[in-house]
Amino acid sequence: MSQAVAGQAYLQIRDVVKDFGNGSVAVNHVSLEIQQGEIFALLGSSGCGKTTLLRMLAGFETPTSGQILLDGLDLAGLPPYLRPINMMFQSYALFPHLTVWENVAFGLKREGMAKDAIAQRVEAMLKLVQLQKYAKRKPHQLSGGQQQRVALARSLAKRPQLMLLDEPLGALDKKLREETQVELVNIINEVGVTCVMVTHDQEEAMTMASRIAVMSEGKILQVGPPADIYETPATRFVADFIGNVNLMDGTLVVDQPNMVEIDCGFCRHRVGHGITGTVGMAVSVAVRPEKIRLTREKPQGEVNHVKGTVRDRSYFGSFTVYNLELEGGRLIKVSESNVERHRADAPDEGQTAWATWPDTSQVVLTL
Amino acid sequence: MSRPLPTSLFDRMHAHPLFRKHGRKAVIVVPYVWLLVFFALPFFIILKISVQDMEGVVFQPVAKLQDGVASLVINFNHYLFLLQDRLYVQTYWSSLKFAGVTTFWCLFIGYPFAYFMARAKASVQPALMMMVMLPFWTSFLLRVYAWKGLLMEGGWVSDLLIALHVDDLLLSLDLIPAAGKFMNSPFSLTVGMVYTYLPFMVLPLYATLSKMDLRLLEAAADLGATPWVGFWKITVPLSKAGIIAGSMLVFIPCIGEYVIPELLGGPRTLMIGRVLWDEFFSNNDWPMASSVAVVVILLIIVPLALFNKYQAEATEVRA
Repeated sequence: MSQAVAGQAYLQIRDVVKDFGNGSVAVNHVSLEIQQGEIFALLGSSGCGKTTLLRMLAGFETPTSGQILLDGLDLAGLPPYLRPINMMFQSYALFPHLTVWENVAFGLKREGMAKDAIAQRVEAMLKLVQLQKYAKRKPHQLSGGQQQRVALARSLAKRPQLMLLDEPLGALDKKLREETQVELVNIINEVGVTCVMVTHDQEEAMTMASRIAVMSEGKILQVGPPADIYETPATRFVADFIGNVNLMDGTLVVDQPNMVEIDCGFCRHRVGHGITGTVGMAVSVAVRPEKIRLTREKPQGEVNHVKGTVRDRSYFGSFTVYNLELEGGRLIKVSESNVERHRADAPDEGQTAWATWPDTSQVVLTL
Repeated sequence: MSRPLPTSLFDRMHAHPLFRKHGRKAVIVVPYVWLLVFFALPFFIILKISVQDMEGVVFQPVAKLQDGVASLVINFNHYLFLLQDRLYVQTYWSSLKFAGVTTFWCLFIGYPFAYFMARAKASVQPALMMMVMLPFWTSFLLRVYAWKGLLMEGGWVSDLLIALHVDDLLLSLDLIPAAGKFMNSPFSLTVGMVYTYLPFMVLPLYATLSKMDLRLLEAAADLGATPWVGFWKITVPLSKAGIIAGSMLVFIPCIGEYVIPELLGGPRTLMIGRVLWDEFFSNNDWPMASSVAVVVILLIIVPLALFNKYQAEATEVRA
C-alpha cells in the first residue's frame, strides 16, 4: 500500500512556516514526522497555531515556506478537493439541507463512483458508526453525539490516506466526551487510518493519541507519547501546561554520581534519578501534586519536605486537593487519593502539615 | 433586600391583570384591524361590484326582498366575458410573461451581485449595501423617466447598443420594433422593470447568503467538490429561501405594474394594470373592472400561497 521509502515517515512536515503578514507568525518552522496508522495530537491553547497547521494539511491554507509530504507525495499546489485527505470539522459542518445518507455520500458522488458502490459504502459507514436507523434524518434532527458520528462517517467514507480531526469532541458535554473518546479511537483503529488531531483538551489528547506534540506560539515544544510528556516534560511551559504542577526555582548545590541536591530557599530537594549538572546552576524543580503526601508529623531527614498551613481543601470523591500555604505565602498543591474512607488523620483547613515527596518524583528543568 | 414594588403609573399599568392578560393580543390586533379595514373590506366591495348588474349608472343590489320573495342575483357574466375575450386573456398572459421575464433577469443579475456582496470584506459590505439602497433616495418616477432619455434615439445607452450591434440581435428576437429603435418595446419595458425591481431581489438574497456558514464550502471542498460544484450543491440550495423571497418580491408587484409600462412600454406590451385603469376610468364599467381586479388578485395569491407553504415547511424543518 505505502509507497514510502522504508524508514521514511508517512506524513512529513518539513520546516513549515505560515506568516499571515500581520506581525505574528502563526506556524514557526515546524517539522514533524508521523507514522502510518498513528493517531497524532497537536495540543496547545487557542492561538498557538495548531489549527493553522491542520488547515495547511487540508489545503485551506498555503504554507509561506516549507514542505508537506504524504506518502512521499508533495502536497504543495494541490487544492483541498484533490488531496487524499479528509477532515472532521470542529462542530462538524454537516450539510444542513442534506440527509445523513446524502451527507455521507457527498464525497463519494464527487469521485464519480457507481450508484451501487456508493450505496454499499454509505451503508457500511453508517453501520460502522451505528446510525443506519437515522439515514433519512437531517442533521438538525440528531443529537450532538449523533452529529459527531455522521461527521466521522462522512470523513471516513472516501477512505482517506490521512484523516484530520479539528477539536473532534469539543462540542460534546463532558460525560459524552469521555465515552466518545474511546469509541472514536476504536473506530479509527478498526479502519486503520492515520490521524492528525487538534485539541486544546489535554485529557482528550492523552486518552486518544499515541503521540502528542505540544505547541505554543507557533512552535513545537515537545513531541512524545502521553506518558513521556506528562512524566518528563522538557520545559517549564510543558510541565505547567500539561496537568497541575508545583514549580520551584533553585540552585544546584550538590552534584554526586547518583543524586543531586537543589536548594530552593524554602526547601531542599534531593533528586535520586540520573541527572547531572554543575554546582551553582539555576534550575527549576517540578513536582506533580499527586506525587506529594501530606502528614501531620514532621518527616525524617532534612530534604524533600516543606511545612505549611492547609489553606483550603477540595473534595473530589476519588481524590482530595489541598492547598498548603508555606511561610511567605507560597502555595503547594497536593492531591491525595482517597484510598481510605473518612481518613482519620487527614489534615483540616487551618492545621499545620508537612508535604513530602520521594526523591524519584521530581523533574529538574533547566531555565 | 427585596426589590421595591412598582410604583410608577407605567409600571402599575403593566402589572395590571387586564394588561397582562390582553396586552399581547392588543399588539397583534392593531395591524389585523388595519388590514381588515383597508384590505379585506375594500376587497369584498370589489368582489361584490364584480358580480353586480348595472342599470345605467346605478348598481343593482345583489340580494333583495321584494313582495315577500328574497332573491339573490349574482352576475358571473363579467367573469365569463374575461375568459372569452382574447384581449383580457392575452393581457393576463403578457403580464405574467413580463413579470416572469423580469424575475428571471433580476435573479440572473442579482444573484452574482448579492453573492459577491456577501463575500466581500466585512468592512466594505455596508458601503455596497448603501449603493443598492441609493436609488430609493430619488423619485421612482424620475428614475423610470430617465430611461426614456437613455433609450431614445440619440440617448447614450441607445448609441452604445447600436455600436455594439445589440439592436440586430434584439430585432431578430422580435423585442424591438426596428433596428436602432429601443423605446416603447418589450425590450425597453423589461429594462425598466429589471432596473426598478433589482434591489428587491438583491436584498433578500444578500440576507441569506451573508448568513451562510462558509465552513460548509470548506467541508465540500475537503470531500472533493470543486468550487463550481460546491456552489451548485451547497450555496444555491442553502439560499433557496432567499431566491424564493426575492422572486416573490419581484414577480408579484410586476404583474400589476402600471407606471413602467405607461412610460416605457408600447403597443405590444399591454399589461393588466393598464386595462384596469381603462375599465375603471375610461369605460366606467365598474363591474367589469372589478372582475379584472379580482382575477389579478387570484393570480397573485396563488404564487404567494405557494411561497407561504414553503416558508411554513422551512420553519417547521428548522424548529
